[in-house]
Amino acid sequence: MLPANEIQTRLERVLLKVQKPGRYVGGEYNQIIKPWESVRTRVALVFPDIYDLGLPNLGLAILYNELNQRPDVLAERAYAPWLDMETMMRQHGIPLYSLESKHALADFDIVGFSLPYENLYTNTLNLLDLANIPLFSSERNETHPLIIAGGHATYNPEPMADFIDVFVIGEGEEVIHEIVDTYQSWKSNGGARADLLIALSQLDGLYVPTLYEPEYKEDGTIARIKKLNDTAPLPVRKRILGRLPEPTWRFLVPNIDVVHNRVAIEIMRGCTRGCRFCHAGIITRPVRERPPEQIINTIRKALEYTGYEEVALLSLSSSDYSHILELVNRISKELTDYPNLSISLPSLRIETVSLDILEKLRGSKSGGFTLAPEAATDRMRNIINKPISTEQLLETTDAIYRRGWTTVKLYFMIGHPSETLEDVMAIADVCKTVLAQGRKIMGRRAALHVGISTFVPKAHTPFQWTACDNPEVIESKQRLLKRELKGPNLKLNWTDPQETLMEAWLSRGDRRMGRVVFEAWKRGAKFDAWHDQFNFDAWQEAFQSCGLDQNFYTHRLRTLDEIFPWDHISIGVRKSYLLQEYQRSQRSLLREDCRNQCYACGILPEFNQLRRLYPGDHWKCPEVTSPISG
Amino acid sequence: MKRIRIHYSKLEHLRYTSHLDVQKIWERSLRRARLPLAYSQGFHPQPRLNQACPLPLGVTSRDEIIDVWLDCDILSVAKVLDMLQKALPDGIQIHQINEIPLNEPSPDNLVVAAEYEITLLENLPLSELERRVTELVSAQSIIRTRREKQYDLRPLIEEISLSKEPNQSVQKLRLRLSARPGATGRADEVLSALGLDATSACIERTRLIFQESLSLGQKTLQRKD
Repeated sequence: MLPANEIQTRLERVLLKVQKPGRYVGGEYNQIIKPWESVRTRVALVFPDIYDLGLPNLGLAILYNELNQRPDVLAERAYAPWLDMETMMRQHGIPLYSLESKHALADFDIVGFSLPYENLYTNTLNLLDLANIPLFSSERNETHPLIIAGGHATYNPEPMADFIDVFVIGEGEEVIHEIVDTYQSWKSNGGARADLLIALSQLDGLYVPTLYEPEYKEDGTIARIKKLNDTAPLPVRKRILGRLPEPTWRFLVPNIDVVHNRVAIEIMRGCTRGCRFCHAGIITRPVRERPPEQIINTIRKALEYTGYEEVALLSLSSSDYSHILELVNRISKELTDYPNLSISLPSLRIETVSLDILEKLRGSKSGGFTLAPEAATDRMRNIINKPISTEQLLETTDAIYRRGWTTVKLYFMIGHPSETLEDVMAIADVCKTVLAQGRKIMGRRAALHVGISTFVPKAHTPFQWTACDNPEVIESKQRLLKRELKGPNLKLNWTDPQETLMEAWLSRGDRRMGRVVFEAWKRGAKFDAWHDQFNFDAWQEAFQSCGLDQNFYTHRLRTLDEIFPWDHISIGVRKSYLLQEYQRSQRSLLREDCRNQCYACGILPEFNQLRRLYPGDHWKCPEVTSPISG
Repeated sequence: MKRIRIHYSKLEHLRYTSHLDVQKIWERSLRRARLPLAYSQGFHPQPRLNQACPLPLGVTSRDEIIDVWLDCDILSVAKVLDMLQKALPDGIQIHQINEIPLNEPSPDNLVVAAEYEITLLENLPLSELERRVTELVSAQSIIRTRREKQYDLRPLIEEISLSKEPNQSVQKLRLRLSARPGATGRADEVLSALGLDATSACIERTRLIFQESLSLGQKTLQRKD
């Protein structure tokens, strides 16, 4: 590979020819550079989208610090170059390199990709190509880095199974060290690449796709997943931590503006609400909380180490964090030496208490107050298991305007199973009522932003059996909303139905989808997450060239006994529980928050031993003697 | 309230950071140093910082100036320097730091010229370069268009010379360009006028020249390099 100093020299000749060259040089405050020869193992961490989005990513920040704490390891970073820079790199023969030492990615021992969403798949291929690393794992040998990937879009790893050597299913903080240890002992023994993969497959939470092979029925569904090696585990169980470790406080501070210039602290992992459309809420179970003391200390330390003035306290449902009131009280009382500090707390419940919480944080009211009711009729709310009455929603929005926020932001989702135009009309109605409330309170200053996303059935959720709503129907629902919701101070956003389709076929794709991803990439698909770059035609042609039917993945109602391409990946929540939830949804039956009462999703028996190793009340499953079923 | 003037270098990768983003770097560095930044009044209070003489993206500098207002009376400049050193990112080096009167005029109003040293990455024969420089110097006017406006570059070039270092493999160009309000020459424009690709040269601003020497106040602290 091109040596680092030559990469540096070539870079100097191209950087002033591209937009925002600061994306490509590193040098951030808190960056860690170790002498290349001083360590045994070198890891490159890659976020397959541009620097501006990748730098603030919390997952990679955690792994960067975990790995660099080890004296025997160095971890450096790479992101996707924007189109102008990619062109320059290819023209000048600059391979994908790490920002810290400017080494080619192919010179690292391990390259890890963060895949939080499916529309980063083609970028992953593009980056391997830009790094001169063979795309298919079958074409790589001992001279190539080990390619690993993790993140929410790898809980169904099959669409990327051809390209990734090892998937990390679940939480990476512990297992990343085990991967490095295993790699080191393999390397010192000088074994074959296959030996390394087999050794890694023995670690809890790792999935090595080459050790498994799906067999298909004539109708294209899975007949069974075959093990190709006796020692390979089946199913592969996700990895979790019994207790959340001390949060990262050493954040990289960029020298250019990025999307989030802030400290991010996860206050809680997992969710007990059980919204049936929600992928994150199911795959991140069980709920584990961090103590308020630790969060406050981390905020202090992180502010000191970064100079930031903004802190985001992250979780899937902030209001459900048991110590939420204590936490905000302490922040407002104890962090007074930061007069311009702003703290954001996303995902608050639709109730007036949420306003009290945000007011305590002294945040600016100019940004608006965000709520996510997701649906506007009781029927729909029961189906998706997110029961918030219209009265409660209106009471909350009324209070928001009354207390001085001028903008309410509401998020809804269309295309839920069995949704009708009446259900969508109800969204328009409730939005109009909300804006009318605001106008009554503060006149024409009152504003409403409405975000309408489209439901995509996801693997490992109660809706994994359902078919997507037809694109024509989605378009007519969007037309209805666009017609009904216009006027001054009313902003409406929606997602492109074609982009929704792509997310849909990738989310529940099988291993044959890998060929489609490859063919789409070959036809120019990349930056699929960017509306102006999304190339639907490339994907259409890719499906044709592979002889696969999109509708099979998107618009097919699965039978209840179908074996799914991801069934050999266990997230701890049983498939039978998801099925029960699916059937309850069809009968409009709600499932309560499981924080007080266990409904036997499967997490507890699966991780019982781990829970015993980490006693205490941070783990929020209730103590059970005999769970209620049905 | 105290007003502190910092003279520093902006080097290496920071040449890819814009003037506006450098402001953010200082804000964050000062906060990391736990220095009590003074804020402007109003609905959106902003930290009181003033970077003199904006540097174009892509240019390094050995003579940058920033004025910082601090909400305190007792801190010594030595203490300020000490607190700041650890908090700065790579690529920023402080040369000198002094307390100046609160009513001191901004350096922007006093600057008259700036000197540059340019390392050329394209390899043109020295004789050819010399010919182009001579031609440029003897021209009466050099009309160029920037942002759809025409202007004459020639009067903005106060001095230009090619370095005659024994090491011929590195060609260096030295410039002194006018930097008065409304009459500021750009080094990249001079390179273009010489038929050179400004994006493949390393431009460094080596010195700012003022009509009278800048106030150094009583409590100057100079770094020994």
